Amino acid sequence: MSNVPADLRYLKSHEWARLEADGTVTVGISDHAQQALGDLVFVEAPEAGRRIAAGEACAVVESVKAASDVYSPVSGEVVAGNAELGGRPELINQDPYGAGWIMRIRPDDKAQFGALLDARAYEAALAAETH
Amino acid sequence: MGLRTPLYDVHVAAGARIVDFGGWDMPVNYGSQIEEHHAVRRDAGMFDVSHMCVVDLRGARVRDYLRRLLANDVARLTQPGKALYSCLLREHGGVIDDLIVYYMDDRWYRMVVNAGTRDKDLEWLRAHAGGFEVSVEPRPDLAMIAVQGPNARQKAAALLDPALAARALELGHFFGSAADPWFVARTGYTGEDGWEIMLPASEAARLWGRLRDAGVAQCGLGARDTLRLEAGMNLYGNDMDETTSPLESGLGWTIAWDPQDRDFLGRAALSAQKAHGVARKLVGLVLADRGVLRSHQKVIVPGVGEGEVTSGTFSPTLERSIALARVPSQTTDRCEVEIRGRLLNAAVVRPPFVRHGKIAIAL
Repeated sequence: MSNVPADLRYLKSHEWARLEADGTVTVGISDHAQQALGDLVFVEAPEAGRRIAAGEACAVVESVKAASDVYSPVSGEVVAGNAELGGRPELINQDPYGAGWIMRIRPDDKAQFGALLDARAYEAALAAETH
Repeated sequence: MGLRTPLYDVHVAAGARIVDFGGWDMPVNYGSQIEEHHAVRRDAGMFDVSHMCVVDLRGARVRDYLRRLLANDVARLTQPGKALYSCLLREHGGVIDDLIVYYMDDRWYRMVVNAGTRDKDLEWLRAHAGGFEVSVEPRPDLAMIAVQGPNARQKAAALLDPALAARALELGHFFGSAADPWFVARTGYTGEDGWEIMLPASEAARLWGRLRDAGVAQCGLGARDTLRLEAGMNLYGNDMDETTSPLESGLGWTIAWDPQDRDFLGRAALSAQKAHGVARKLVGLVLADRGVLRSHQKVIVPGVGEGEVTSGTFSPTLERSIALARVPSQTTDRCEVEIRGRLLNAAVVRPPFVRHGKIAIAL
């Protein structure tokens, strides 16, 4: 079973989002996503300063098996991409909700964050996907 | 629900991630694909390859039949148990399948063909069998476990019948030995030493469990693919198919041109291709930049032309991305690969990339 922390928000496409105290939103891929992809070997995170729209493919994660786009949950400006992942993409497998974060975004509109799936809704989406 | 091997329940109980592979529900990994890969390069790993199709071919004229059907020549097999790798070709030279054939005795050869091509292979084998009075008998009663890695034979030998184990340990490369219905061959698809063990389906789960207890790592199709690609071995359907000939697929070495009067299926087409010059060739690529090569990415050879990646992956041994690619024959040592709209640099090399645990190319 995959881990779905209750304090995060999610996209059906398996990204998670956390609203930080400074108003930025941290984004990564869920435990379910990293399990499905398998060992990650390459991550292309966006550079700071880039403007992105909600739903835009703005990062790529590649496992031995396949490449997968990462979609932004919110519109805004990228504050940081996780540079650690360049040399250690396996951090996403080891700690998808912690050290394996992919990017931090300053959202244009915080209401967008509130409209994302909560943990229960994401779990339901996962259950629907596997049946 | 797909087709299942006799080991399906064992894989599920071990926590394997199951995927569809050519209609079969197969384990892709049991956790970390990269760890499974390293287990085979450094110690011992095992694969359930029971989805592959074992076919027994019998008859007084079976040798003549195979000399007509296969691009490689079974006349080269003079000792019982010896194996041969060959392509099965259409008349126009396209590859129906690649396979291994074992010379069992003068009236019996055993073939192992790919799972995804099973039905068309059997149809082709049967369509040509009549004139030679050869019987074509698939063996779904047999399971197959590949144990691979520098310590694989030693670990597995202790678990076999002692007489069979003694003979198996004496086998040279590409030889097999039977204790019917068991059959052990020193063959594989990883670039490491090891055995492929055919055995009654009903005994497969027991052997698998004992191998696991002996420290042989369970490995899925994911690691099987990275291992074979590092070893520079083609995958049917990716690196060659009915639209490509062996000459365009890095498999020229498997065509037995001599004796010249052996009229195997596809010979005329291959001869014509050879006479006119082959426009494309299959090469190895090592990506110089960061990224991962994948099948169907476009290859650009400046000043020469374009080609395509046929199989690509991240190589756990080289820790960079490698591929097989079909490119114009004039390609020399460099090319570019288009990945998500960008052109990345790659070196053109001659596979294998890795053999017997060692990097086999200059980086």
